[in-house]
Amino acid sequence: MTKLIQGSTGAWEVVIGLEVHCQVLSKAKLFSAAATQFGADPNTQVSFVDAAMPGMLPVINRFCVEQAVRTGLGLKAKINLFSVFDRKNYFYPDLPAGYQISQYKNPIVGEGEVLIDLPGGEVAKVGIERLHLEQDAGKSLHDQHPDHSFVDLNRSGIALMEIVTRPDMRSAEEAAAFLRKLRAIVRYLGTCDGNMEEGSMRADVNVSVRKPGAPFNTRCEIKNMNSVRFITQAIDYEARRQVDVLESGGVIEQQTLLFDARNGETRPMRSKEEAHDYRYFPDPDLLPLELDEAWVDEIASSLPELPDEKKNRFMAMGLSSYDALVLVAEKESADYFEAMLKDGAEPKAAANWLNNEYFGRLNKAGLAIADGPVTASANSAIVQMISAEVISGKIAKDLLDIVWSEGGDPRAIVESRGMKQVTDTSAIEKAVDAVIASNPDKALAAKAKPSMAGWFVGQVMKATGGKANPATVNALVKARLGIADEG
Amino acid sequence: MSDLTEFTLAEARDAVLAKKVSSRELTEAFLKAMEAARGLNAFITETPEKALAMATASDKRIAAGIARPMEGLPIGIKDLYCTKGVKTTAGSRILANYVPQYESTVSQNLWNAGAVMLGKMNLDEFAMGSSNETSHFGPCINPWRASNSNAKLVPGGSSGGSAAAVSANLCLGATATDTGGSIRTPAAITGTTGIKPTYGRCSRWGIVAFASSLDQAGPISHTVRDCAIMLKAMASVDPKDSTSVDLPVPDYEAELESGVKSLRIGIPKEYRVAGTDPEIEAIWDKTAERLKAQGAEVVEVSLPHTKYALPTYYIIAPAECSSNLARYDGVRYGHRAQGTEDLIDLYEKSRAEGFGAEVRRRILIGTYVLSAGYYDAYYLRAQKVRALIARDFTEAFKSCDMVLAPATPGPAFALGEKIDDPVTMYLYDVFTVTVNLAGLPSLVVPAGLNRAGLPLGVQLIGRAFDESTLFRAGRAIELAAGFKAKPAAWWRGA
Repeated sequence: MTKLIQGSTGAWEVVIGLEVHCQVLSKAKLFSAAATQFGADPNTQVSFVDAAMPGMLPVINRFCVEQAVRTGLGLKAKINLFSVFDRKNYFYPDLPAGYQISQYKNPIVGEGEVLIDLPGGEVAKVGIERLHLEQDAGKSLHDQHPDHSFVDLNRSGIALMEIVTRPDMRSAEEAAAFLRKLRAIVRYLGTCDGNMEEGSMRADVNVSVRKPGAPFNTRCEIKNMNSVRFITQAIDYEARRQVDVLESGGVIEQQTLLFDARNGETRPMRSKEEAHDYRYFPDPDLLPLELDEAWVDEIASSLPELPDEKKNRFMAMGLSSYDALVLVAEKESADYFEAMLKDGAEPKAAANWLNNEYFGRLNKAGLAIADGPVTASANSAIVQMISAEVISGKIAKDLLDIVWSEGGDPRAIVESRGMKQVTDTSAIEKAVDAVIASNPDKALAAKAKPSMAGWFVGQVMKATGGKANPATVNALVKARLGIADEG
Repeated sequence: MSDLTEFTLAEARDAVLAKKVSSRELTEAFLKAMEAARGLNAFITETPEKALAMATASDKRIAAGIARPMEGLPIGIKDLYCTKGVKTTAGSRILANYVPQYESTVSQNLWNAGAVMLGKMNLDEFAMGSSNETSHFGPCINPWRASNSNAKLVPGGSSGGSAAAVSANLCLGATATDTGGSIRTPAAITGTTGIKPTYGRCSRWGIVAFASSLDQAGPISHTVRDCAIMLKAMASVDPKDSTSVDLPVPDYEAELESGVKSLRIGIPKEYRVAGTDPEIEAIWDKTAERLKAQGAEVVEVSLPHTKYALPTYYIIAPAECSSNLARYDGVRYGHRAQGTEDLIDLYEKSRAEGFGAEVRRRILIGTYVLSAGYYDAYYLRAQKVRALIARDFTEAFKSCDMVLAPATPGPAFALGEKIDDPVTMYLYDVFTVTVNLAGLPSLVVPAGLNRAGLPLGVQLIGRAFDESTLFRAGRAIELAAGFKAKPAAWWRGA
């Protein structure tokens, strides 16, 4: 879904590549046993290794390696059985050792791919170039004291996976779709919580523009973005800026940019003169990482079903691609849906009910599915009662409101509050006759103007408390008023 | 024995276990000797209270019959080993007041074996030097002086304090480290014995890093037996050091007297380099003859890449040091410059004030060789040559069981003689750096005195993790050389 930008010299294509940092879900750091919990008091989760005390040595956390392998497998990528940790050297107060341990020439994961879902059911492929493990830095706090900066090392040494894509995206929407998909995959895998607000998923966005079909142009990198909305804005702004520069005869200089969310602009972060020479070299404190093929196979065999497979399976049950996509976007939604099926609901009805009724209420209340007040089995019961025509669709919504606010077993509520749909024709006939009898003028008019039958149907439904079967009411009203039924 | 400080470590162990002397008496004798020898500047920090407390505890264990292998034996610790609650300086101004909250694995192993800590020993700053003259705390002085001369000599480096203290009977033994010869050089020119174990034999955890792929802990002591006892206690696999090796530590002492009969001793022809003192060459040849006389077979071997060892070492070691020392930035601990303008100024001034000239030189060399555009030409090439040097030894060990070589190109030199000429100083490491590049074990034992009455050592290089055979051959050299000389105690009351 290439979206072209119209410039004064014609159409331009935007080219986007992403470097996404995903914080590995792990209780301990990449090279130390310190805890990784978010929101702890400053400098309370720091080991001697994380603070780079003299003589301290890193020791690789096996679980973090396993998580990286699991993620690589989820990205359908090549797992490198031999990889190397390198030191990336630079000075900064939140980098205690003066170097970051990362993987440079030999990453743990090689090429893979992610399928992204675009509006209209289109699917596009985004190539993954590599995934490597590295340490996070600490955090510099510049706003705590008038003339001091503070450093919090809680984050120092936490394991990150840097996932680098090919420059395969052609619009901000595609980049957003990629991020949403990647987030879904790592959350399914349980390798990253994907929480962008807490910074456990951040992206550097590489943007360039070109005339369609022309070679790649110089790119700029927008650093450290942690919101899909801002990423979209930043790409659109930056692409337009580059088009303007090129069309006014300028050249794009490769530079690092920051996105200023307040005025929606990108601006340079550091100039070329300050560019770092990171002096990468293999970390002599760590041996090369050699993985056992059998161990990798074992992890592969324990992978959960991922969004793409789940989506296909749901579509095979008869769901539309849209409904399937909405359900698989969050593992919890898909699980909830499947729990409803397990309790007896029919797939299409369950999907419709969730997507049209329940998810809307959750969104309105700002609740995640796990925090919603209605269980999957309760929703399943409601859907099954609609299908069995025990209750009408309208009553079902009222029933959901009751279960939402009061809880309880939907079937028992329907029973005790008399919410069952009335299918007894004689009872409905009585109600129809009563309405016609008390509105003789309208009945007369309706004979001449058949569309007025709707008003009578409404009155009958009202009189029966919504419990009458609407199709039966409709047929009876028309019969009593002498209107021909067109079907 | 009238002077308890004249014990070897093994003799002291036996006397303590036989309750002929208490650990406290022994410890007091050493503390007194240390006090009288402050002119040598072998210690940066003395820990008498700690020593006496540990000795008292040891005496209780001995009385209770639960003595451990080094129970009650007073030793010194090179001030590169982090010691919990005891200042650890690395011989540098930048760590002049640094007190670790943790204990290095090797020193902890020694305390677990019952040893008693006398204090922290002088060294070249961050172990960078061959003479102990780069120490921020002033040079350590060699207890040996040439006959008819009062000129002060260097004890070698970087473990100068450890070697000088053993030589002057200020401790029974001392820990040291060896990155390019820092155990062997000082041992060779102070008449002491020292072993650089195989890379990975001792944990590096808690030892201030100089060059991670070369650094290795080891002991300096009076005799081969003393070193065997100490290494047994120091060595261990350590889950906190990924480069430590999980192999059982043999009982080195048990095999000590097995002799050298039918051992093949390789003499590397490339070690006959111009500029080597003829007396060193002579003692090397003589040692070979002595081993032959005891039944060893002496064969010539070739280590063809030897001539590239020094340049290779002086690329790899500075490269690693430039990165390892980046943590000393004045931000979290250590020296911080005052009145700085901004962050860059803080870094530059703290490091310029905190590091001495030699350390700064090596950081600059290391930063240069790792820089973009130079990495392939220097660091990568050096790593390739390093692999060739290691292969030389693998090839040589097909025709011999160990290599016999000089340890230093000359005897102890005068204080100030080489310090202003780094290249001359680096050349002093010509016989030692190969071993670190290849990761092999190497033992230095005294083999005799030169005409000026200064001790000369020789070096045995073994197969990886074959320290046992080195100790056996070292013991044979010791027996044949009958080296008993001790420096005159001129420093007492000096």
